[in-house]
Amino acid sequence: MRPSKTKMYMAALMIMASLLAGGCQSLHNESDNSLYLQLGERAGIADVVEDLLYLIVDDERINEQFKGMDVAQFHRNLTDQLCELSGGPCKYTGREMRELHAAMGITDTQFNALAENLILAMEDNNIPTAAQNRLIKRLLPLYPDIRHL
Amino acid sequence: MIRFSHPLLCAAGFASFMAAGLFVTPAAMADVGSRIWATGGVTTIEGSAGGGLVPWALLGSYASDEEWGGTLALSRAEVDDYTLSVTGAGLNWNNRIEVTVARQTLDLDSLVFTLKDGFGLEQDELNQDIFGVKVRLAGDALYSPWGQWSLGAQHKRQRDFTVPEAIGAQDDSGTDFYFSGSKVFFAALFGRNLLVNGTLRGTRANQGGLLGFGGDLNNGYEIMAEAGVGVFMNRQWLLGAEYRQKPDNLSFAREEDWWDVFVAWVPDRRLAVTAAFVNLGDIATLTDQQGVYLSLQGSF
Repeated sequence: MRPSKTKMYMAALMIMASLLAGGCQSLHNESDNSLYLQLGERAGIADVVEDLLYLIVDDERINEQFKGMDVAQFHRNLTDQLCELSGGPCKYTGREMRELHAAMGITDTQFNALAENLILAMEDNNIPTAAQNRLIKRLLPLYPDIRHL
Repeated sequence: MIRFSHPLLCAAGFASFMAAGLFVTPAAMADVGSRIWATGGVTTIEGSAGGGLVPWALLGSYASDEEWGGTLALSRAEVDDYTLSVTGAGLNWNNRIEVTVARQTLDLDSLVFTLKDGFGLEQDELNQDIFGVKVRLAGDALYSPWGQWSLGAQHKRQRDFTVPEAIGAQDDSGTDFYFSGSKVFFAALFGRNLLVNGTLRGTRANQGGLLGFGGDLNNGYEIMAEAGVGVFMNRQWLLGAEYRQKPDNLSFAREEDWWDVFVAWVPDRRLAVTAAFVNLGDIATLTDQQGVYLSLQGSF
């Protein structure tokens, strides 16, 4: 093996190691509320959630899962949750996420569908790309709870 | 496999096929698959999902865990003394297994004279078929903290072995095995999402197999390191670079590592357009092969 090969091999191992290390990033919540402001505060978040609800109702992949729910309560709870996650002065008072989704058997297809609709709802409300990404980053820790993994 | 008589004609036909696909009814649009835009990668020159030169852990198309998906791709790399054309197709079952086929045609252009004068060979192109399979072992590139990990194989069959054999290649077919990890880090760079990929490949292939497998300098498997990084400017545009380490099995000519800088445009799940600057180094005595790469991919 040439020396340059050894070097490249090491570089690849380091890339793989950094992939692994990425999983260990602490989920430190920034104390500032800049994301909350970029989302348009609670009123802006409420608009996104409203558009999200319209998209869900029309989406054959997931609308069954939302049948029979209290729309007003869902809207209030999700708005509070996103508001709190983005650093706003709200408190999510709904049920615990893992318990809430336990019996739903959410698939990756359904999770992707919801993520897609959230992105489309944010685009419809002119949320900047960076703010969209920052909000999704803060939602990622909920993935195992929602998918019940 | 279909052979097109003229590359331009073929590209034009393909483009109109894609355009037709873009304007189908919204009801049919939902059938493309549920994974988030641009997370199927594009089709590499070897048919597997990835970037241009390097396979990634991502599986092709947009199939999620309850869906089927497929891709068709046409690619072309024009470097100083060679032209590589690739036709590829792939299927994805449940975002678990990807199966691909690709046909590569390397137009030898200026090497024709070297072969005729040096070896008395009359050959103006080399063809290779590649059958690929990739299994997602664990994780999801977007949602899992530790990313997505996949194992793949590419079985390659050289269809014109006369030239590779004359320059010292040992076999006309071979199988590459690779292990790959991919992860998207959200809001990692100025609020933009960052895609990182690392791949380790066991291979005996000379110039990816176009010059056969094994050689007089080395005839066994060696492990090569490959990497790719990309930044999503938004959900339609990805800018990135790739690096692919290569073996050096033939004393006939030195083989060098490959790299590229790419931009991918994904206006819709149905279409991906990739353009790149590629550097393929020295190939079969002709030095410093650089040029442009263009690839069209349709998903269904």
